[in-house]
Amino acid sequence: MSVFDGLRFRKVYSPIHNLDPRIKFVYVISIFVCAILFFQIIPLLLLFLLQIPFVLLAKVQRQWLRSLRGAAFLATLIFVINVATSYFTSGYHLTGPILESAAALTLRFVVLVESFSVFFLTTSPDHLGLALEESRVPYEFAFAFTTAVRFVPVLAEEAQTIMDAQKARGLELEKGGLLKRIRNYVPVLIPLIVSAIRRSLELAEAMESRAWGATKKRTNLYLLKLHRGDYALLAITVGILATAVYIHFYLSIPTITQLIH
Amino acid sequence: MIEAVDVHFSYPNKVEALKGVSLTVKDGEFVAIMGQNGAGKSTFVKHFNGLLKPTTGIVRADGVQTTKTSVAALSRNVGFVFQNPDHQLFSETVEEEIAFALKNFGFATDVIESRVTWALNLLSLTQYRKTSPFLLSGGERKRVALASVLAWDPKTLILDEPTIGQDHEQKEILRQFILQLQTQGKTVVIVTHDVEFVAESNPRVILMKEGKIVADGVGKDILTNPALLELASIVLPQIAQVFSKLSPLNLPKNIIDIYEAKDLILKAWESKTQK
Repeated sequence: MSVFDGLRFRKVYSPIHNLDPRIKFVYVISIFVCAILFFQIIPLLLLFLLQIPFVLLAKVQRQWLRSLRGAAFLATLIFVINVATSYFTSGYHLTGPILESAAALTLRFVVLVESFSVFFLTTSPDHLGLALEESRVPYEFAFAFTTAVRFVPVLAEEAQTIMDAQKARGLELEKGGLLKRIRNYVPVLIPLIVSAIRRSLELAEAMESRAWGATKKRTNLYLLKLHRGDYALLAITVGILATAVYIHFYLSIPTITQLIH
Repeated sequence: MIEAVDVHFSYPNKVEALKGVSLTVKDGEFVAIMGQNGAGKSTFVKHFNGLLKPTTGIVRADGVQTTKTSVAALSRNVGFVFQNPDHQLFSETVEEEIAFALKNFGFATDVIESRVTWALNLLSLTQYRKTSPFLLSGGERKRVALASVLAWDPKTLILDEPTIGQDHEQKEILRQFILQLQTQGKTVVIVTHDVEFVAESNPRVILMKEGKIVADGVGKDILTNPALLELASIVLPQIAQVFSKLSPLNLPKNIIDIYEAKDLILKAWESKTQK
């Protein structure tokens, strides 16, 4: 469940945690866009390195590393599939550029994971809900979203308990071929879904008995306000995006293979 | 037989849940592990069938070291019934639910059939044979979960909080049932907060606190020792509370059995009226 650990918010105070979630989200989306703009390894590497100061400032390096480790399997898969497909389509030649472009695509995925990980690690579900509300998302949806985010670790823990319970009844998850292995997860998934539904019904009753939705216009205890740091991040974001777009359209980026030759 | 030797266990988040626990549960014993939430009770018993492996130390079930084999192989001899039945029910009918483990362990079809019938009968679930387990009440679901483990007749049975959500009658049936298992030579380990249930069944009691065993002995001695119970955040059983307040009558204080209590009170009363 290490992937979830890399996304789970922990209460820490840092300059990054205090930033406005809306601006942080704009930043993440911009990084996302930049990562999509490039398919060369050098700019993607730069994007990757760009996140590290944020991680260090937010003091979430350990959880962040864990989320990267969690993404390692998928990253490897992306790399292998890319190498394999280009290898077969290029007439069985394993060349430098093939490896490089596969590495770049893998890096693109890693950049996406790392920026989202930073976002979720440093933004509390409450802040996130508040940001949604203030972006005119109806409260019901904002609430559903924050609740969903909040229950991810709970579900992860529950999945572990269910796996234990079924293992104690002789279920061997890792046994058999691919299809059998997928089928092995049925006894885990059904209790998980059933208890999630049951939990959501209970939650709904508990909320209604506390007058949820009694008034159309809610007020908030905390309000989001942009501070100096938020404007700074916004400026940085715009800067990164503008630079990326400029480089993409007006400069040619050398690949590592070209640099070597 | 279950043996734990100086077991330490830390969760991946570095929380040390067990700090050197040693325990031997002999064949045919009935043991209740008690203690406050977070004392490490469930963590400890999850070592008995290998669901958790000790960080350091050794756990052996019937001589087999749990680190050397799979949970499935260990579970054949050590049945574990989880606290919440909803964490394991998934089949369309109660019958299939009970047959699940038997299929996993590779029993023959006719044996599965007879074992399912036997287990359904044992826990008075026969009428629900073709019912979906999700339609049953909480107590019934708990019995299905128990039946699904008992069906393969494990030598040792671990019950995590078996009395939660059960009414008095069901608890009494469960208690009789455990005693019956004992007469068949089965080992039963329960993890519980239910002090009255333990007092009535009088098993060997083990108190845990902060990842360590703080007391181990017969229920009669441990459940009547206020100092020990306070350590583990447990209150005295009601009978023991009464006897602890009857000190002017010069009665013994280590009483948890209703019948023994009745005899003592009657005797005290008779000697008073004779004077």
